[in-house]
Amino acid sequence: MSFWEVTLWLLDGFKISVMIFAVTLLCGAPLGLPIAFCSMSRFKPLRAVSKFFVWIIRGVPLMLQIFIIFYVPGLLFGYQLFADVDKFMFAEFGIEDAGRMLAVMIAFTLNYACYFSEIYRGGIESISKGQYEAGQVLGMTKSQIFFKIVLLQVVKRILPPMSNEIITLIKDTALANCIMVCEIIKQAQELAATKALIWPLFYTGVFYLLFVGVLTILFGYFEKKLSYFRS
Amino acid sequence: MPILEVKNFRKSFGKTEVLKGVDFTLEKGEVLVIIGSSGSGKTTLLRCLNFLETPDAGTMQVGGEEIFSAETVHMLKDDEIRRRRSHFGLVFQNFNLFPQYTVLKNICLAPMLKAKEQPDFKKNKERYQREIEENAKNLLTEVGLSEKANSYPCELSGGQQQRVAIARALALSPDILCFDEPTSALDPELTAEVLRVLRELASRHTTMIIVTHEMAFAREIADRIIFMDEGIVAAHGTPEELFGSEQINEHLHRFIRAMEQ
Repeated sequence: MSFWEVTLWLLDGFKISVMIFAVTLLCGAPLGLPIAFCSMSRFKPLRAVSKFFVWIIRGVPLMLQIFIIFYVPGLLFGYQLFADVDKFMFAEFGIEDAGRMLAVMIAFTLNYACYFSEIYRGGIESISKGQYEAGQVLGMTKSQIFFKIVLLQVVKRILPPMSNEIITLIKDTALANCIMVCEIIKQAQELAATKALIWPLFYTGVFYLLFVGVLTILFGYFEKKLSYFRS
Repeated sequence: MPILEVKNFRKSFGKTEVLKGVDFTLEKGEVLVIIGSSGSGKTTLLRCLNFLETPDAGTMQVGGEEIFSAETVHMLKDDEIRRRRSHFGLVFQNFNLFPQYTVLKNICLAPMLKAKEQPDFKKNKERYQREIEENAKNLLTEVGLSEKANSYPCELSGGQQQRVAIARALALSPDILCFDEPTSALDPELTAEVLRVLRELASRHTTMIIVTHEMAFAREIADRIIFMDEGIVAAHGTPEELFGSEQINEHLHRFIRAMEQ
């Protein structure tokens, strides 16, 4: 196989990696917000449930969570939900691995939503009480105070930890490997198994590096954009 | 009729009783200065007036309308509390400007949000915006910061930030403007510029309640002074009455002597 052919072959896998990345970010980042609000709720039982959930999700390896989500429906209900989605989507639309991808995306989204929620919580709680009170005495409503005053300050504060987490996310997508999703490392392993080519495995690092490079530049740009004020 | 009448304000935090039944009145156009040592309840009293704390007992009337009663306050909706607190403005010790907005936007933000609630806002949006901005610029000129309209709070000194905060509070034209130790976070040379603005407001008969530790200033600007001690009004009267007489209150006397040293 030529270098070019290997690149295209790996790129097929990296598309899957980026897809897991994008879905996790698009679903997990918003989902983190209600979890953060529950963790900060003044209603104790809700706060307890939320913190317990976050503890479980953050306390168990993501790989194990992928296994659990993929296999547990079959064990509990005797119905291989994700395997059936796989078969159905392949038979109807010729799409491979749809069920496995779905399981991976659910596991990733839940896992990252919990990590994001803790970052949000830290950011929101770091805003001084004075900012809320200033909004209150100026006659603003609770939502005006949150959206017009607090939110941008929170965004500025959570940008560095968020970029850190998001950079980790693209590398974590390799875990999809564990239920045979053909992300980039799985693709490279297949070359090793079928063509006795080991170098593509190392070559995958370049894909990650380039992607992380772009993310780094992007977050640097956002941080610079928000550097016009200090809070 | 007084513009503000506070009766029997009581407030506890846990087991600590901070306000133990505070009564006072305020006439329109009057400057009331509240003095007292730390922990005497001055700040808590101001925060109660602005609905930042809820007194456990007591009532408050503004212009004859009862706007607070400890018995009924729990039944009020947020919107109603917002309407009622709009009688008051509050300038904080540490300014609390919004860091992400320019000075002008800091002043215009709340009036614009308020204007949006008007039924004819959509139709006259530009007129509202023009009026609010013009008013904000006038206020900035009054506090001597017209050239800082487009600066961000982090680019200003403490004294300048506090003057912006005063303009921001004035932009909503409250009936009564409260100041919570407005110069305590400032260096002496920056204190002067803030006090100058307060003097200017007093000379135009802005109704104000000022909590301060600046004794000389209190004496000069106050129409009436309240001395608070351990959660009650220990003495009240004109500056002459309080600072002049020898035997009016032993605590007050010790306090004044301590502050002036």
